Amino acid sequence: MSTKRTITFEVMRYRPESDAEPSYQTYSVPCEQEWVVLDALLYIKDNLDTTLSFRWSCHMAVCGSCGMIVNGEPMLSCKAFLRDYPDVIRVEPLTNFPIERDLVIVMDDFITKLASIKPYIIPKEERKVEQGEYLQTPVQLKKFKQYTLCINCLLCYAACPQYGLVPEFVGPAALALAHRYNLDSRDNGRSQRQEIAASHDGVWECSFVGACSEVCPKHVDPAGAIQQTKIASTMDYFLGFLQGGS
Amino acid sequence: MSRKPYIRPIPKTSWYMRDGRYKRYMLREVTCVFIGAYTGVLTMGLLRLSQGKEAYEAFLQAMNTPSAIVFHILALLFAVYHSTTWFNVTPQAMPIMKGDDFLPGKVIVTAHYAGWAVVSLFILLVVGI
Ligand code: SF4
Repeated sequence: MSTKRTITFEVMRYRPESDAEPSYQTYSVPCEQEWVVLDALLYIKDNLDTTLSFRWSCHMAVCGSCGMIVNGEPMLSCKAFLRDYPDVIRVEPLTNFPIERDLVIVMDDFITKLASIKPYIIPKEERKVEQGEYLQTPVQLKKFKQYTLCINCLLCYAACPQYGLVPEFVGPAALALAHRYNLDSRDNGRSQRQEIAASHDGVWECSFVGACSEVCPKHVDPAGAIQQTKIASTMDYFLGFLQGGS
Repeated sequence: MSRKPYIRPIPKTSWYMRDGRYKRYMLREVTCVFIGAYTGVLTMGLLRLSQGKEAYEAFLQAMNTPSAIVFHILALLFAVYHSTTWFNVTPQAMPIMKGDDFLPGKVIVTAHYAGWAVVSLFILLVVGI
């Protein structure tokens, strides 16, 4: 048996066809104890206001669609348990991104950047299907496994002050994924990715605030990946120097 | 339907007030001002030393004033804060794989503190002698 708790939701609304700028709308929601913020938003959509727009899909922290700012903190709304919040909860779309409508952001910039770092294996040797799969030991996998867990939820971009101030910055998740493929024993694409990752708008734009890693719901640690890329790029530079290159 | 995405403005000079994390970051960055100033003082000391005994003694005298002592204590505190914040993130920047697994972060951080202690002890011994 569960007792309901009434929570006030202040939800940022933006209706491009009628609003010049976003504003807050308040909803009073009778919440079940075990609900998350996403449940409350679904309640609003089903019972109070069908016009409220937001993205979601899996409701289990896997799809990465339901990222929002909940009481000032980038969160997956499916992982933001109401029991951890006071009776007034403010929900906004992810910061640092343009708002398409209500809680829906425009993520085109991230998708372009993600594609630019070639987030796929560029094989060392082309193999035919008959030659079988590319083999990898568990230890080789462990080197980069943590970076494979990224669900492209963009909480890290919303937390990154640098991305807010310098929109050209390639940003945490894309750079972490570049690092993930660079570390993969089957991959040979590092020099191609470095053109973006080691550029001015790449890792060097990061000043290691570390907020990305703190908010990441999958413990990817993009800040760590970026610092490692900085160290590796610096080594490249000095090795090139020693070898008489540029 | 035509789109009209809304871009929220970011205050260029006060953005870090929005979040405790950003404030902590700014504090870490501000420490470099003190470390920079201390480096300046140290360089000045070397310059004075090269100018002879008298110049160096005047410099030492100047360092013996209350304001100079307060500055040095402040610089030391900021340097300690700066160093510890960096030591604590070293496992993220430099993960070390040993055998089949990563070295625990604690080991890497402790090694940095140990290195710091050894170097400090060495310097204290040299200065003390
Ligand atoms: S790195 Fe973490 S916070 Fe960033 S997109 Fe991937 S899962 Fe989300």
